[in-house]
Amino acid sequence: MSILVVAEHHNSELAPVTANVVAAAKAIGGDIHVLVAGEACQAAADAAAKLDGVSKVLVADKPAYAHQLAENVAQLLGELGKNYTHLLAPATVNGKNIMPRAAALLDVAQISEIISVESADTFKRPIYAGNAIATVQSSDAIKVITVRGTSFDPVADTGAAAVEALAQDTDAGLSSFVGEELAASDRPELTAAGVVVSGGRGVGSAENFELIYKLADKLGGAVGASRAAVDAGYVPNDLQVGQTGKIVAPQLYIAAGISGAIQHLAGMKDSKVIVAINKDEEAPIFQVADYGLVADLFEAVPALEQQL
Amino acid sequence: MKVLVAVKRVVDYNVKVRVKADQSDVDLANVKMSMNPFCEIAVEEAVRLKEKGVATELVAVSIGPKNAQEQLRTAMALGVDRSILIETDEKVDSLAAAKLLAKVVEEEQPQVVLVGKQSIDTDNNQTAQMLSALTGLAQATFASEVTIEGDKAKVKREIDGGLQTIEVKLPAVISADLRLNEPRYAKLPDIMKAKKKQLDVKSPADYGVELSSNLKTLKVEPPAERSAGIKVDSVEALVDKLKNEAKVV
Ligand SMILES: Cc1cc2nc3c(=O)[nH]c(=O)nc-3n(C[C@H](O)[C@H](O)[C@H](O)COP(=O)(O)OP(=O)(O)OC[C@H]3O[C@@H](n4cnc5c(N)ncnc54)[C@H](O)[C@@H]3O)c2cc1C
Ligand SMILES: Nc1ncnc2c1ncn2[C@@H]1O[C@H](COP(=O)(O)O)[C@@H](O)[C@H]1O
Repeated sequence: MSILVVAEHHNSELAPVTANVVAAAKAIGGDIHVLVAGEACQAAADAAAKLDGVSKVLVADKPAYAHQLAENVAQLLGELGKNYTHLLAPATVNGKNIMPRAAALLDVAQISEIISVESADTFKRPIYAGNAIATVQSSDAIKVITVRGTSFDPVADTGAAAVEALAQDTDAGLSSFVGEELAASDRPELTAAGVVVSGGRGVGSAENFELIYKLADKLGGAVGASRAAVDAGYVPNDLQVGQTGKIVAPQLYIAAGISGAIQHLAGMKDSKVIVAINKDEEAPIFQVADYGLVADLFEAVPALEQQL
Repeated sequence: MKVLVAVKRVVDYNVKVRVKADQSDVDLANVKMSMNPFCEIAVEEAVRLKEKGVATELVAVSIGPKNAQEQLRTAMALGVDRSILIETDEKVDSLAAAKLLAKVVEEEQPQVVLVGKQSIDTDNNQTAQMLSALTGLAQATFASEVTIEGDKAKVKREIDGGLQTIEVKLPAVISADLRLNEPRYAKLPDIMKAKKKQLDVKSPADYGVELSSNLKTLKVEPPAERSAGIKVDSVEALVDKLKNEAKVV
């Protein structure tokens, strides 16, 4: 078995989720390589070389890969992929953007967002917003997979793999990067945070979200939101937790003013401890909450912040 | 300019599905079926492109059972001009769907192909990416704003850290994210009119595509249940539980 893990990174920095994907690769077993495709991405490559279990890091350092444009990176994977039995990437927006394209170029299926490795060809993955778990077996020669990071404990950074530069430069010339608006935050990254405090439509406005931010800061946690809160413009899109947003599994998840639609639950049900604060005692969120508090969030959230 | 929209019939998003006792699949008997919500957004975007005078013809395509005609009729009631049903009762994985859609793209030569970002049944999130790979077209996934400018499209995309804008050459495949638009409802007179619009029924064999998949579902199980929690009656009680029982703060 030979596995290529596609690193998630911001050129100068390796994203922690890469270590979770390497853990999934170790569960499959075999020789593990990591691909860092980017521009001026040596720092990310060096960090990847430290991931336990990795034998080699391949670095494709070219302007064509600077912004992870799907056509360019997928083409590279289409070439490299033939040397491997498995291609793995995190089920991040990037991974979801690139991997199915690479799979189609290799004429194989893609297995989305696995949550467990049963064997080298059999995996579990949630379907129907997590209301069912499918066990799927692939008979493709190359298995192209995205991995749900929260389902695998990250490997340690005790390794020392060789780093090798690649000569490939696959610029498809189909798309170009124009710009990005990234939400700057000092808070921990949502999908990796130990505590997440999320607000929903019940929070009522962007100003009121200050209450949620304050509680999160008190707990050293990240802030999340329901789709309704994002749609209403209270918070940016990257805070959405759920079926089509981020998947989180912190030690503590606090949902305030969130009803608990299945699409929201899909993103947070695996949290260790769930607290729900909602003024409607019938709200479905209470069915998954370890501790439910029927209360007005405008009183309960500041009081909680004070008392912690 | 012609726009092709891919529309999938799936379980309605309000339904909480249950797993069959024999663990072969989820039970969809007598369950409400609808257009995949992301396809509704894709259709709405197509209709808006026509209203803006950017698009001249809208064609919808669906791969699925006979009843998927209902979703195509809905698309036509919303403003799509004609549609194609590639009829099959078999399961169609994303790669097979993309191969069929690629044939339709070859035949119809649209400038823009709009698809949903994700089916809410399989949660695959693959077809747009695969289709653009197979056709060699540019790809703009998870779109939250689309502007057509000559032979290019500027697309704002929802990414993990915020928003990214890219420019893609047309023809391109664009996948719709939640905030691309808010779909309208079909009006009764338009629903009546849609009944008369053209709907061609084809088979996968007409396109020479095999539906066989190398992915086999061995088992479908319900997710692990969370054990029932408790209600606390005050913030004080909550803090006490978090500190002394759950020990998470
Ligand atoms: C295709 C699709 C994908 C989706 N993906 C996602 C997703 O990824 N994530 C997601 O979250 N949703 C998603 N949704 C939307 C989902 O179905 C719900 O509409 C959404 O989660 C509702 O958000 P909410 O709970 O904040 O709002 P509501 O359902 O309106 O609930 C607001 C809650 O706040 C409570 N409340 C109001 N005021 C107060 C107060 N003062 N104090 C305490 N409580 C109060 C109310 O009792 C209510 O329970 C998706 C939907 C579709 C169709
Ligand atoms: N059977 C199908 N018929 C028509 N469109 C489909 C089909 N399967 C997938 N699609 C399109 O691809 C999108 C993403 O689907 P998926 O990759 O399956 O999550 C859907 O929203 C549709 O636009």
